[in-house]
Amino acid sequence: MAKRIDVSGLTAFYGAHKAIEDISMTVEPRSVTAFIGPSGCGKSTFLRTLNRMHEVTPGGRVEGKVLLDDEDLYGSGVDPVSVRREVGMVFQRPNPFPTMSIFENVAAGLRLNGGYRKSELDDVVEKSLRGANLWNEVKDRLNKPGSGLSGGQQQRLCIARAIAVEPRVLLMDEPCSALDPISTLAIEDLIGELKERFTIVIVTHNMQQAARVSDRTAFFNLAGVGQPGRLVEIDDTERIFSNPSVQATEDYISGRFG
Amino acid sequence: MDISTTTDVPPSAPRPDAGERRTARGVTRPGDRIFLALSRGSGILLLVVMAAIAVFLTYRACLAISADDGNFLTTFEWNTNTDPPVFGIAVLAFGTVVSSVVAMALALPIAVAIALFLTHYAPRRLSGPIAYVIDLLAAVPSIVYGLWGALILVPHMQGLYGWLDQFLGWTGIFAWNGGAPRAMLTVGILLAIMILPIITNVSREVFRQVPRMHEEAALALGATRWEVVRMAVLPFGRSGVISAAMLGLGRALGETMAVATVLSPSYDIQASLLDPGGGTFAQNIASKFGEASVQGRDALIASGLVLFVITLLVNGAARAIIARRKEYSGANA
Repeated sequence: MAKRIDVSGLTAFYGAHKAIEDISMTVEPRSVTAFIGPSGCGKSTFLRTLNRMHEVTPGGRVEGKVLLDDEDLYGSGVDPVSVRREVGMVFQRPNPFPTMSIFENVAAGLRLNGGYRKSELDDVVEKSLRGANLWNEVKDRLNKPGSGLSGGQQQRLCIARAIAVEPRVLLMDEPCSALDPISTLAIEDLIGELKERFTIVIVTHNMQQAARVSDRTAFFNLAGVGQPGRLVEIDDTERIFSNPSVQATEDYISGRFG
Repeated sequence: MDISTTTDVPPSAPRPDAGERRTARGVTRPGDRIFLALSRGSGILLLVVMAAIAVFLTYRACLAISADDGNFLTTFEWNTNTDPPVFGIAVLAFGTVVSSVVAMALALPIAVAIALFLTHYAPRRLSGPIAYVIDLLAAVPSIVYGLWGALILVPHMQGLYGWLDQFLGWTGIFAWNGGAPRAMLTVGILLAIMILPIITNVSREVFRQVPRMHEEAALALGATRWEVVRMAVLPFGRSGVISAAMLGLGRALGETMAVATVLSPSYDIQASLLDPGGGTFAQNIASKFGEASVQGRDALIASGLVLFVITLLVNGAARAIIARRKEYSGANA
């Protein structure tokens, strides 16, 4: 099921520009790790290196190692497509497929793998929608377009779509930044439930959110203007927010900069 | 404290000292009035011109049809100089629809494939020049296509015709009697080349507008490049591709000179695409107009009206297809 992520010496580039440099960390299975830091410090870039989405951007390139349990995601002969089937992702803006119904959205990942019977699909779709706390709201309109839901529902639909393929790891890139407080709360509750089954990494600009949902928190910062982003420290969330070991972390959390 | 009660004059109340003319919508300025008059006038002018053309065409067409001794819709003849004249559009309607359908069947898949290649597969330094060459195709005048078709394409079709006859001749529609390949298939191929650029260009624009986030959603689920195209790009571009196809079909239905130079016309229907003969509305008008009497011209106008109606029906069908899927279109994403 959930797997451990072990990153060592990871550096990512956009063409000649070095976006993040020499990042190493370990993410335990069945835990929530939050990435915080000022805009442009490379949190999202780093997140996207964990499912090889970074290289989709023209000029995107990565050096270093990302181990999922013992398998190097960047090893030679590893297909990025199979990596993304193991490491799911939820994006900043809810992005259900506009041309598909709610049911088809959740089933989309399963259909890629193929070989599912209709009854199996029904079961997985229901289970995933229940898992995303959306089933009761949409069970009567599974054949309606996913784009007709509210923003918060759409984001939970995207989570259902991501967990339907049973990934080992779930990456979330500011999943609540486009949502109102009530929808945000619904997603945060959901994250608490999902960590029983998945390894979760979440990027957030909301420090209260990081404090509420995560077990571990990583603080990223730029070494200076034009410099690549770096990992300043990673520690238990409680410790990061009460007694961080680096001064810059405390300055950022207490609102003195950033 | 209730702030809203501190304003003693509601903001919407008219000020007595305001000098401008006021309407229910507020102030109108001279610039707005002039622009309104200009744009409304242009719209009305367009309607008047359209109505005038329609009245003229319908009147002349009615004259011709009432004089027609044959059945206008089913007669296989076109004798407008006899008294009474005998003519019908059956052959022309058949030929127009068949040549356009052949052209569409050939051009649409190729155009969509080119558009997908340019937007999602080709490296950027390659897609620019290819797109430019396709634009050049659209710039070639149709009479040049016609000459090329008659001088180059027709003599080189023998091999293809023989091959089709040998392997698919049993279907009937690909049987060949060995005549010159000035038949509907050649016309369809030529029309396909002519409508390729417009379908390609419109499809390319549509595929380019697929939001990045939908493609990333598919990628993050573990979709290959082709699966991204199938899950996110093609469904999003569907209505745009239908519009592109209709634009192309409109051009194929109305194409005149290229058909007139390639086809060897006759007033009968060929069951096979490979046997010369048949005709199209536009080709028939171009071939007959010069020598036609007043009565003959009216008959040609009547046939033109039918082409107009067919084009309208095709466009209406396309709109209906697009509208039926509206709530699933990318527009409300």
